[in-house]
Amino acid sequence: MGSLQLKSIRKAFGGHEVLKGIDLEVKDGEFVIFVGPSGCGKSTLLRTIAGLEDATSGSVRIDDLEVGHVAPAKRGIAMVFQSYALYPHLTVKDNMGLGLKQAGVPRAEIDEKVAKAAGMLSLEPYLARRPAELSGGQRQRVAIGRAIVREPKLFLFDEPLSNLDAALRVNTRLEIARLHRSLKATMIYVTHDQVEAMTLADKIVVLNAGRIEQVGSPMELYNRPANLFVAGFIGSPQMNFIEGERLGDTSAKTVGIRPEHIGLSRDGGDWKGKVIHVEHLGADTIVYLESERVGPLTARLFGEHRYAADDIVHATPVIGAMHRFDADGRVIKTGE
Amino acid sequence: MSKARTSLARTGAVHFALIAYTLVALFPVFLTIANSFKSRNAIFREPLAVPTPETFSLIGYETVLKQGDFIGYFQNSVIVTVVSIALVLLFGAMAAFALSEYRFRGNTLMGLYLALGIMIPIRLGTVAILQGMVATNLVNTLTALILVYTAQGLPLAVFILSEFMRTVSDDLKNAGRIDGLSEYAIFFRLVLPLVRPAMATVAVFTMIPIWNDLWFPLILAPAEPTKTITLGSQIFIGQFVTNWNAVLSALSLAIFPVLILYVIFSRQLIRGITAGAVK
Repeated sequence: MGSLQLKSIRKAFGGHEVLKGIDLEVKDGEFVIFVGPSGCGKSTLLRTIAGLEDATSGSVRIDDLEVGHVAPAKRGIAMVFQSYALYPHLTVKDNMGLGLKQAGVPRAEIDEKVAKAAGMLSLEPYLARRPAELSGGQRQRVAIGRAIVREPKLFLFDEPLSNLDAALRVNTRLEIARLHRSLKATMIYVTHDQVEAMTLADKIVVLNAGRIEQVGSPMELYNRPANLFVAGFIGSPQMNFIEGERLGDTSAKTVGIRPEHIGLSRDGGDWKGKVIHVEHLGADTIVYLESERVGPLTARLFGEHRYAADDIVHATPVIGAMHRFDADGRVIKTGE
Repeated sequence: MSKARTSLARTGAVHFALIAYTLVALFPVFLTIANSFKSRNAIFREPLAVPTPETFSLIGYETVLKQGDFIGYFQNSVIVTVVSIALVLLFGAMAAFALSEYRFRGNTLMGLYLALGIMIPIRLGTVAILQGMVATNLVNTLTALILVYTAQGLPLAVFILSEFMRTVSDDLKNAGRIDGLSEYAIFFRLVLPLVRPAMATVAVFTMIPIWNDLWFPLILAPAEPTKTITLGSQIFIGQFVTNWNAVLSALSLAIFPVLILYVIFSRQLIRGITAGAVK
């Protein structure tokens, strides 16, 4: 229980098409993350699955049942919103129990489920409070609790961590990962933060301009990006793109190399260049340089390095770590 | 510490301006109430003096309460005002919710059409309204006044409330939908409490013109049992002789219901602002 099939979902607002034919299969118990830049349609897709937006065409099936004309409350889903969306006039307990109350579940059963969810999220001390009396992290836990209580087939998360500060974001991220392990539920999660995507997902769906660019596990996307967009979107700092001509490689329009696959040396190497800026992060040192042959490059070195602006250095790419792309931006498969 | 000094000077200036404005605004009210407790001669001799034991007189209030059914006029005014406000708020909020929440063909046009009434005074249609009321046998009923005032108040209500409802978080409404709340439950239980300050504003703006109106009571409901307080007070103003004691007393009495309603709404206003919203 908890599978999802999307077939050629299209959605247009007025004349503007936001989703241009999305096909996707989500298996029971999977943690799937939609990731992409702002305006790529990832939130619209999530809302279409939830039934808050009607698809212009295409079919949404949850557990092999067509739900195109089923109200959101009857789809067996629960959703966690970026702005928490707690009912301001209800206590934490009533916030969590409202969905079951509307479905006509007996009070004793609601109390039991709310208590269980509150236990999982350490919310017991706050059950009698109202949302205004809670901190941001606590509010988001209540919103997650409200979703758990419904025991849905599908959990939908719409950028749930975006309103939290950095430390809280890491904690809540761990909490969501732990919940996924203990509930074994199917979860669909929308984010624009690739760190969240890489750390949480079983499967990442990269969206761009209303289309799916690539679907795969985090490491598949990192190691074998299917096209320029995915190669540039996954990984931070961004992959270096070099015109094939500059490398004397006529079969590839663009060649990509990740910053962590470039070595630097003062003595000698493939590409001579001048350091423009250095960022010392402790664990990493990120060096931006302007090379004579291939243009601007970013190199990510592990540990501390004593490079400074205006130093002359030589960069050398790791053999076999290059990604080659054709004129349409698609990757050129090398014999594997 | 120069910062503290300048802010002190600024606060002083602001307070001076506010106090001056308060005095100007309260002066006519003070004059009305003070003179309503004086004898006729004292009103004319020293209009600005407060009542003293020699000049104190309740003759105005006695006249008002004896002549005509003043309690009845009061009741009429209160009924008309309260029912009209209730209808304006209910229908105005519902229309505003539909306009701000749902995408449908002609949404913007409909919003403009509903706001048109702000620009066109309803009094232009008096003749047609009177003909309509005659045809439906509603002349000399409070229903006629309530219907007209509801129509008069709706455009501004729809305009203000739809702007406010656009600011209510979509996520909150969607959370309600996922939890199985009906659209009516979302409207009454989630959205209305959040736009309460706007409702209070609309209520105050709607209430005052209705309470003070002389035009429609005079035309649509001039009969004795349906007279409102404003119309009722007119009997003391004559072409040649005006019973100032009675006029001032009637006006003083007419201030209180509005004051009470205003206090109720302004408290809602403050409570609405301080209640925790989405974030």
